[in-house]
Amino acid sequence: MRVHLRPQQRTVELAGRRRVAALLAELGILPGTAMVIRDDVLLTGGEVVEDADEIEIRAVISGGAA
Amino acid sequence: MRCTRCRAKAEVELRAHNAGFCRPCFLFFFTRQVERAIAHEGMFEKGDRLLVAVSGGKDSLALWDVLADLGYDTTGLYVGLGIGTYSDVSHEKVVAFATRRGLPLRVVSLSAEEGGLAVPTVAAATRRVPCSACGTMKRHFFDKAAIDGGFDVLVTGHNLDDEAARLMGNVLRWQKDHLARQRPVLPPTHPRFVRKVKPLYLVSEYETAVYAFMRGIDYVVEECPNAAGATQLVYKEALNRLENASPGTKLAFVKEFLRTAQPAFAEVDRQEPNACERCGMPAYGTICGFCSLVRTVERRRAPAGAAAPA
Repeated sequence: MRVHLRPQQRTVELAGRRRVAALLAELGILPGTAMVIRDDVLLTGGEVVEDADEIEIRAVISGGAA
Repeated sequence: MRCTRCRAKAEVELRAHNAGFCRPCFLFFFTRQVERAIAHEGMFEKGDRLLVAVSGGKDSLALWDVLADLGYDTTGLYVGLGIGTYSDVSHEKVVAFATRRGLPLRVVSLSAEEGGLAVPTVAAATRRVPCSACGTMKRHFFDKAAIDGGFDVLVTGHNLDDEAARLMGNVLRWQKDHLARQRPVLPPTHPRFVRKVKPLYLVSEYETAVYAFMRGIDYVVEECPNAAGATQLVYKEALNRLENASPGTKLAFVKEFLRTAQPAFAEVDRQEPNACERCGMPAYGTICGFCSLVRTVERRRAPAGAAAPA
């Protein structure tokens, strides 16, 4: 599967089906800090993603004010 | 996972609320959270004129969207920070949103103020971190635009994560004066202030991002280039680790602070602002933070041998 990471503008290729929670853990992303999107639909941690999937992982953290 | 409300397939899981929601039910849940915050804190009423500070990010555009849908009288305020392409893109997103929704928008460009106050210029001239200079200028122009435009309330998109990170910073340094003013509603303490409110203060930034995504709001996903390494992001990361280990931590941290500790800090904060000698806006010294910043910039700009501005 191809996983597009935003805002990092980076794409990683991964093989093998797995749950979204496992995908996030593998990428070192905490649940609740990013949306996982497939075909314009959000995926919860229990959803399974497959080799043929095109996934976007969009971080939600913003800020910077001192 | 099934939707907690209607048992349809859930699209989003909110561990802090021990709930999952399908798209329609999440939008209902989000809107209801905002409505409850407004009502619980007495933030504003239907007849009030609201000035909504919008940056082009998910929080402020989601907030403007939900307030407009709830029937409030809203005008957007965008302050262009002059941070290169990032500001250009942010401006475009805000204009596109306002146009699509048919909502009024006011724009202030820092590059056009006081001979040029783009954030990178001011940060370099004052040797302050960009976020600090940016915050001071934004607060000044938010207040000024609210007063000049005759608005009743200034509304900002600060979310639960912003408030939790700010609280952590204030507690780690025991900044009593800051803790005294950390509330979702700040009443005006000076004739040149309007009420300031934060209707998203109990809504996580994950929830605002999900709302913006589900509503098809085209927001700036990219982070401000100056934010890298900002202290607030360090606190957010620490809080997210705590939240992951114990869901609901951020919500409890902020809610319980407001319920149990904040009133004690508020009691000791009795300092009322004066009028700034230079611009008339509220100031805790002889001049306000903004004018102090501008004065430093002017001194740096003044050619050698020329008298520095007062």
